[in-house]
Amino acid sequence: MTDILVVAELLQGEARKTTLSAVTFARQVAEQTGGAFDIVVIGEGAKQAATHLADMGARKILVAEVSGGYVGERYAPTIAQVVQSGGYGVCTACASSYGKDLLPMVAAKIGAGVAPDVQSVVVEGSTLRYTRPMYAGNVFGTMTLSTPVQVVTVRQTEFDAAAPSGGQSPVEEVAVVESGTAARIEFVHHEVVKSERPDLTEADVVVSGGRSLKSAENFTTVLEPLVDALGAAMGASRAACDAGYVSGDLQVGQTGKVVAPKLYVAVGISGAIQHLAGMKGSKTIVAINKDKEAPIAQVADYFLVADLFDAVPKMTEEVTKLKASG
Amino acid sequence: MKIVVPVKRVADPDNANKVNISSDSARVTSEGLEWKMNPFDEWSLEAALRLTEDAGGKKRVGEVVVVSIGPEDTTQTLRQGLAMGAERGVLVEGSDEALDSQSVAQILAAVVKKESPDLVLLGKQTVDGDSNVAGTLLAELLEWPLCNYASTITTADGGKTLTVERELDTGLATLKITGPAVITTSDRILQPEAIKNGVTAPDFKYPESDAGRYASLKGIMAAKKKPIEKLTIADLGVETTVVHHYESFALPPARSGSTTFVESVEDLVQRLSTEARVL
Repeated sequence: MTDILVVAELLQGEARKTTLSAVTFARQVAEQTGGAFDIVVIGEGAKQAATHLADMGARKILVAEVSGGYVGERYAPTIAQVVQSGGYGVCTACASSYGKDLLPMVAAKIGAGVAPDVQSVVVEGSTLRYTRPMYAGNVFGTMTLSTPVQVVTVRQTEFDAAAPSGGQSPVEEVAVVESGTAARIEFVHHEVVKSERPDLTEADVVVSGGRSLKSAENFTTVLEPLVDALGAAMGASRAACDAGYVSGDLQVGQTGKVVAPKLYVAVGISGAIQHLAGMKGSKTIVAINKDKEAPIAQVADYFLVADLFDAVPKMTEEVTKLKASG
Repeated sequence: MKIVVPVKRVADPDNANKVNISSDSARVTSEGLEWKMNPFDEWSLEAALRLTEDAGGKKRVGEVVVVSIGPEDTTQTLRQGLAMGAERGVLVEGSDEALDSQSVAQILAAVVKKESPDLVLLGKQTVDGDSNVAGTLLAELLEWPLCNYASTITTADGGKTLTVERELDTGLATLKITGPAVITTSDRILQPEAIKNGVTAPDFKYPESDAGRYASLKGIMAAKKKPIEKLTIADLGVETTVVHHYESFALPPARSGSTTFVESVEDLVQRLSTEARVL
């Protein structure tokens, strides 16, 4: 029997959908080991956010109100305390930038090993086997951890968001544990990106642009109309982010976001290994590129050899027509 | 300002699709691939060099120590760091197989305590393991403030205070930390104005680049004379514990189907609608 603690991810007082991927993982492990899972919600507005997670089937929800912006060192000691006093075998969160930052801190405080960014778990008796992508998704490694408590972050594209299971989990408050190191870290500001478009990691359709778009303005005037015609999220290659055409949170790849939409349209992206790592799990991949030898062809289902400045506006028009004819 | 930069050697990341699996599935093999400095560590080294130089006067104003763990020929990776401009190297002898993020963090913590720098700068992940863990464990072992995913660093008080912008999934966050500290970097740390050290003119712009600086011929010659201290794990008095155990490896399944080259936008949209059924 393994009990699991899910660490919810809050943003401005609301639980992000990433939390529900960790719940799916927790349900799998709980079901197969005969254990239960709890959710810990920590941060500013934790109490309020907890009420929205009460129908996920957790045995209980633990809340810790910590005011101010996110500083991992202000959360980790409390979570570590909860893990240790609650007798959990696994502590998990989504492998978002939040989970990847916070959970190894928790692990260090309780001497737990970390299985990062796992895509699947197999339970055999009391052993949990984790499979995770490595080498930019070119190798899958299967690993175990030899520590009594295991810390796991899960890949959002591989663990679908959990649906509510009904019920009403009881909510308990937990004491906040302070850390000396936190006094040396001052939160200044978090400029939260707001977009009317679907979230990149959750969208059914993603349209990404590369450096060939040549400017921030062209992202707006050329690419965005296609993004919106498709009801898509917008992504970008590292080169486009580095050049400042779009902000870094739109980067798709080994070190950016990993996406697996039904349709991925790569516009003017050559397809470096690091980019492919972030999108090759997509169901249908379209490349629009002048160079038919571009490495994106290795993964593309459809390849339109064309100048993007001609093809993209035309595609916007065609998609709009198609959608209108419904 | 004194900065320690841990650097790992990795199989050439631009050919990561050429790594293979041993016949017993127990090992990843990278025969035929060159060893390269982990790109994220290289970018951190570039940031460390920028923090410790007067870029306008091309003068060093601090010290950068590159550290690696590995067999003897890992010195080549350290020499590359020295050729880029780091002052000294430290090699801790170890075999790649006997290490995991836990033991790496334990060894690095011992080296850092010995060196007592103002800052440790390293990549947020290595491109082979893709774990994103060692830097965080290191900060926790040292009980130093941690800032993951730095895209800009501005120092004050000679490097004692650092204002860091962090690139998150949800946008940019800013932290102000009192050193000594551990910082891991994101891709954007290489941008022309990402580093402000109070010495280089504030309006100085580095050239746009997606990698660390090239070693000049002069730098390569100078690196041959720079010291590399060699230590064993026993010298550091560390008892390492390996807790992450990889049992087997596999190559991912190839994407099914082949690429259809389409002639026109009309044809593409038609196929996406009727053939792929995604529109």
